[in-house]
Amino acid sequence: MESWIALLKQPWPWYVTGPLIGLVVPILFIAANKRFGLSSNLTHICAVIAPRRPNFLTRERSAIAYWNLTIVLGLILGGFIAVSFLSHPEQVVGISERTRADLGALGITDFMGLVPREIFSFESLATGRGLIMVLGGGFLVGFGARYAGGCTSGHGITGLSDIQVPSLVAVLGFFAGGFISTFLILPLVL
Amino acid sequence: MTTVPEKPAGESPLALLFYLITGTVLGILFIKGEVVSWFRIQEMFRLQSIHMYGTIGSAVMVGGASVWLIKRFKMRSLTGEPIVIEPKEHTPGFKRYWMGGATFGLGWALLGACPGPIFTLAGGGAPVYFVAIASAVAGAYSYALWGSRLPH
Repeated sequence: MESWIALLKQPWPWYVTGPLIGLVVPILFIAANKRFGLSSNLTHICAVIAPRRPNFLTRERSAIAYWNLTIVLGLILGGFIAVSFLSHPEQVVGISERTRADLGALGITDFMGLVPREIFSFESLATGRGLIMVLGGGFLVGFGARYAGGCTSGHGITGLSDIQVPSLVAVLGFFAGGFISTFLILPLVL
Repeated sequence: MTTVPEKPAGESPLALLFYLITGTVLGILFIKGEVVSWFRIQEMFRLQSIHMYGTIGSAVMVGGASVWLIKRFKMRSLTGEPIVIEPKEHTPGFKRYWMGGATFGLGWALLGACPGPIFTLAGGGAPVYFVAIASAVAGAYSYALWGSRLPH
């Protein structure tokens, strides 16, 4: 029992978590005929917050998808459970030495935890760097996902699972944008 | 999307519990698989590890095999309806997909999280991601308002 808990508290290898994440696709189809995709929730949240707005918000959907918003509640809860009960405090993500060196050269000093706390904290929102990465990054993710009609889950996992050309194009776009941000924008921001 | 018109909040409590558990398990997988880590996303875009490619690739392999089986055997969902896998609409030049995709990618590398993981991080000890969620919702709202003027 002790050793099981110790094992659970370690990071899990990608060849365990990847296939399990992929299983969500058939589970949602078979249980409820639903297509796995998370970014539409951003539009549903708009529609919940501003229900009297013109119907443009739900133009893409016939109704607010409470089923999908419930998955979002679970995502928040799952994050809380995993960090509170299934992790060692102060765990360092085992990224490659080269990534660590590259990020170190850009000025990242704190490698503790899942995200660099020097950027992703409330205090950093008072800095240009924090604003660009948290608010700017968030805005682009929300706008881009809805413009592209899906995100990493809807296009990257469900769309590619069904070998859909639009999803393949979108995923190539995700990486094109990501490379530009990583190699051209981040060095200026950090 | 089901063909039956959904009433708002028309899901049964049991169904909502099922979605809550699915989301919770997914959130745990996101944390334990480190796919919510800004460091891992940087490592992915710098092509310095198989970790993220292996995660997404193996998810697509399992998802792809399941979708193939669902289609091959014309499976029905537990609700009794035939399973409908709605294709994404083909647009001329796929403009919305690569332009929207690249916009998303720009943000993904800055924020280190996509629309699922932002919620998991917010619940998982990095509450500043609630601010990122608000900003992402503002982005989605802006697209709903003005997006139709963009090339699709």
